[in-house]
Amino acid sequence: MREHLAKAFELTDTQLFRRAPLPKSYTDFLGRKLFLLLLTLQGLVAFALITLGVILRKSGVARNVIRPRIRQEIARAGVALLPMFLFVALALGFLVIGQTVSALAKVGATRYLGSTMVIVIVRELGPLLAAMLVLARVGTAHVIELGTARALGEVEALEALGIDPVHYLIVPRVIGMAAGVFALTVYLIIGALGSGYLWAFLQDVPLTPGDYFKQITEALNWLDFALLALKTVAFGFFIAIVTCYHGLGQPLRLEDVSRVAVRAVTQGVIVCVLVDALFIVLYLLT
Amino acid sequence: MAAIQMRGVKVGAMRDVSFTVVEQVDWSVAAGEFWVIAGQQHSGKSDFLMMTAGLMMPVQGSYKLFGTETQSFGEAELAERLRVGFVFEGGQLFNRLTIRENVALPLQYHRDLPSAAAAQEVQTLLELLELTPLADITPPNISDNWRQRAALARALILKPEMLLLDNPLGRLGGRHLHWWLQFLGRLGHGPEWCGGKPMTLVATTDDLRPWQGARRKFALLRDKQFVPLGSWNDVASAGDPVVKELLAVPVETTM
Repeated sequence: MREHLAKAFELTDTQLFRRAPLPKSYTDFLGRKLFLLLLTLQGLVAFALITLGVILRKSGVARNVIRPRIRQEIARAGVALLPMFLFVALALGFLVIGQTVSALAKVGATRYLGSTMVIVIVRELGPLLAAMLVLARVGTAHVIELGTARALGEVEALEALGIDPVHYLIVPRVIGMAAGVFALTVYLIIGALGSGYLWAFLQDVPLTPGDYFKQITEALNWLDFALLALKTVAFGFFIAIVTCYHGLGQPLRLEDVSRVAVRAVTQGVIVCVLVDALFIVLYLLT
Repeated sequence: MAAIQMRGVKVGAMRDVSFTVVEQVDWSVAAGEFWVIAGQQHSGKSDFLMMTAGLMMPVQGSYKLFGTETQSFGEAELAERLRVGFVFEGGQLFNRLTIRENVALPLQYHRDLPSAAAAQEVQTLLELLELTPLADITPPNISDNWRQRAALARALILKPEMLLLDNPLGRLGGRHLHWWLQFLGRLGHGPEWCGGKPMTLVATTDDLRPWQGARRKFALLRDKQFVPLGSWNDVASAGDPVVKELLAVPVETTM
């Protein structure tokens, strides 16, 4: 167990580089940053592969312990965030859909409403916003919890008890967050589309609910559903990997935890944007 | 077969294996023996004990735990590892779980039991260690004395054959210290609830005074060396200044 983790982190012990004095030349600075980026990327990929390996290899191990933990994580990364997501869905509907519907109605282009909504809300804004909110609310908590557990020696305690820390601490968080981001994105999209019509209705836009939802359903195809599911699960998986990697990855002192949390959130945002870019390419290719 | 057999073992630090804390250890522990490893603070006692528990591999040399070479200690050898219980200094309990959940966790995990099925076994151990009134409290809300005792319960729940204790008496008050010494003595004789087989015990300490006892064997960690001392009589008559310091005997100093 420890050896697996060590493999992921031994090459990414970047403290040495971070503590080195600032280089004099700009190219040295860029080189160091690039080197750091590659090392971090290597560590993250190794950690993701280790986690996937444990998920597959230990799917039947200690179910009575792991399943309740997965349920807890789904509740935390999904159910507990529902009120906040309802509020955001209302706001999103107002900010994007209400405004768009109103603007399209003024130029008599309401027939493009469905495809506009699908592109803006279903494909892009809904999943990305859901991922960012989950990263901010739950991802940060992951880093702090795991970092504190590591600093207090709880990981060593798990190993002493013969319990794989990746299986007990990481797997439930990864599965919980993947399921949570997927479910919350669906709720966010439904809520935003619904509230968007509400705002349009309040602005006296001449559009019946039947026409509005007909346009949206006509603009959607099976690929949207498939890629939406894949994308949101990927967001959840990678957010959990990045935050857990930083929390559990390196031996931490308590005073390091806040600094590591900031770095994890920044990298989480970057990873989400990269995953999103990958899916945009997929949409364009299909 | 020896429970522990080390030949030319070099031990690295847990946080940085490249840093050697003890080298050239030749040590054998027979089943049922009670060893006390003494050393000053930062002498490498915890790292040595963690290596002994199989939590990390020796940097060099041969270490056999229950006859199994630990150089390849992985998932396949988990069964051997579970024959060893480990009590950390300070307990290192899981702060988000109650004492009962902490004690039940290894049992539930390794036997894949729901909490109801593990409850009776956990309750028996909690009663034995007088932890029942604290069972539903989380570790941050109890004192160091009781946390340490809860860590002992967690280490014993799988009924290990060998128990490793990292400075178990270091943070204890007088009453608790007395209880621990008595309880460890009972474990050494083989308690009924554990199958009646004498448990092999290895404890580290930075104060030798409470450990006086005829059945115990002693060793010292100093200057990265593992020095077997022998029985309590050998310890009491040792002229080593570090041993005297650990016995709180005034040592002559030259200014």
